[in-house]
Amino acid sequence: MRLNFTVNGRPQEADDVWEGESLLYVLRERLGLPGSKNACEQGECGSCTVRLDGVPVCSCLVAAGQVEGREVVTVEGLAEYAKQRAAGGCASGACGTGLQDAQGWQAKGTDSQTGEGTELSPVQQAFIDAGAVQCGFCTPGLLVAADEMLERNPNPTDADIREALSGNLCRCTGYEKIMDAVRLAAARQGEAV
Amino acid sequence: MDFLRPASWEEALAAKAEHPTAVPIAGGTDVMVEINFDHRRPEYLMDLNRVGDLSEWEVGAESVRLGASVPYTKIMENLRAELPGLALASHTVASPQIRNRGGVGGNLGTASPAGDAHPALLAAGAEVEVESVRGSRRIPIDDFYQGVKRNALQPDELIRAVHIKKADGPQQFSKVGTRNAMVIAVCAFGLALHPETRTVRTGIGSAAPTPVRAKAAEEFLNAALEEGGFWDNGRIITPSVAKQFAELCSAACNPIDDVRGTASYRRHAVGVMARRTLTWTWESYRGARRASEGAA
Repeated sequence: MRLNFTVNGRPQEADDVWEGESLLYVLRERLGLPGSKNACEQGECGSCTVRLDGVPVCSCLVAAGQVEGREVVTVEGLAEYAKQRAAGGCASGACGTGLQDAQGWQAKGTDSQTGEGTELSPVQQAFIDAGAVQCGFCTPGLLVAADEMLERNPNPTDADIREALSGNLCRCTGYEKIMDAVRLAAARQGEAV
Repeated sequence: MDFLRPASWEEALAAKAEHPTAVPIAGGTDVMVEINFDHRRPEYLMDLNRVGDLSEWEVGAESVRLGASVPYTKIMENLRAELPGLALASHTVASPQIRNRGGVGGNLGTASPAGDAHPALLAAGAEVEVESVRGSRRIPIDDFYQGVKRNALQPDELIRAVHIKKADGPQQFSKVGTRNAMVIAVCAFGLALHPETRTVRTGIGSAAPTPVRAKAAEEFLNAALEEGGFWDNGRIITPSVAKQFAELCSAACNPIDDVRGTASYRRHAVGVMARRTLTWTWESYRGARRASEGAA
C-alpha cells in the first residue's frame, strides 16, 4: 500500500508498504532515516522512540497504516523541531527538515567532540557536553523522550526524569551521565527564559 | 494481509462482520509484537485509531464510560479521583511510550492473565460494552475472562467501552516485578472498599489461568467487618482478620511455575499484597471517617 504522512514537518510518501509493517521499518528502510534504532521490536527498549502527533511512542509498535495523514518527528528533525518551538512556531512557512537533509543529518559539524558547527537541539548539545553518549545506540530514543519531557515539564525533579526515561534502555550503563545531561538541558532552558 | 481503515464505529462493525478474522489494532502494543516476531499473520488488520469516540470517556453519576482506546496516560491524568485503582494500575503499565498508546480495550481483547487493568476492573466492578452488527450487549467483568487469553467476545464483536463503577471508597493496586518500569506482572492484586454497600472486592492478576476475584476471601472479610461493626466504629483491622483474609486470597490462586516466578511464590506474594492493600485502604477509610467526623 501507499502511505502519505508528515515526517519532520514535510509531507512524505512511501510506496509498496507491507500492511503488517511497522512505522519504524518505514522510517528506516523506505525513507532512509536510520536515526530511530531497531533493537527489541517489542517496545521494551525505547530506542525507536519518535513523536506521533506530538506524543512519544515506540515506532516499532505503530502499524504503518496507522500513521496515514499523521505527523511524525524523528531524531533527525529534532534540532529543527526544537528551534521552531523556541521561536513559537514556523514564521517563514518553510520549516521542517527535508528528507535529504534528514538522511544526511549528523551531529558532526566542524568538531564532533563538541558539536560545534552543527545546529543541535538543546538536549542534543547537553548530551554531548555531559558525555552522555557511549555507543550511541540508545541515544536517539533518549533524546526524543527527554526533549518531550522538557517541553512538558521545564523544571523536572530527578524522579520526573527517571520516570520519563524509564522506557529507554542503555546497556552501556551510562544512566548517570544521561541524568546529568537532562538536568543540564533543563538548567539551560531555565536560564534562557 | 489487508489493512482495513474504518472511519467510523459503524464501518468498523460492518468490516468485522464481513471479516470475522480481522484483528483489531489500536495501541498496537500487543498486536505489533506478535506481527514483528512472526507469531501472527492475520489476514486482515483493522485500525481503530480513526474511530474517534473510542478515545473518549464520560463521567456519569454512577460509573465512568471509558472508551476502549483511551490510553493509560489519560486514565492516570484524568480519572484518578473516579477510578483510583485503575489509575494506579495504569501507572504500572510498561513505560510512558507504551502508556501513550495502550488502553484497557486492548488489555481486555488480549485477555492475558497478566494484564494490569484486570485486577482493578474486577475490584471496582465493571461491565464491558461490546457490539456487533447484530446489536450491543454488556458483559459483566466477572463473566468476561474465559480462559488463558480467551474472552467472552463473539468473532464478529468489538469492544467499544468499559463501564466502571466510580469509587465510593479507597482502592489500591499492587504488583510484583523485577523493577518498576517495563514489567509484566509476576502477580498483581487489586482491592476496593465499597463503604456504600459495606463490601470489599478483590482482583488477582497473573496467578490463575484468568484474572480472578478471591470470592471466599471477600465473603469472609465482609462478614468479619460486619460482625465487628468495623464500618461504623472505624477500628483498626484485627491482625487475625487480615491474616485470614490474606490466606484466603492465596488460596484463590491457581498459579503455574514459569520464567517470571514459581507457583508457590505467586501464592505467597498474593497473600502479602492482599494484607498490605487491605491495610492501606482501611487506614485511608479510617482517616476519611475521622476527618468527616471532625468536621461534623
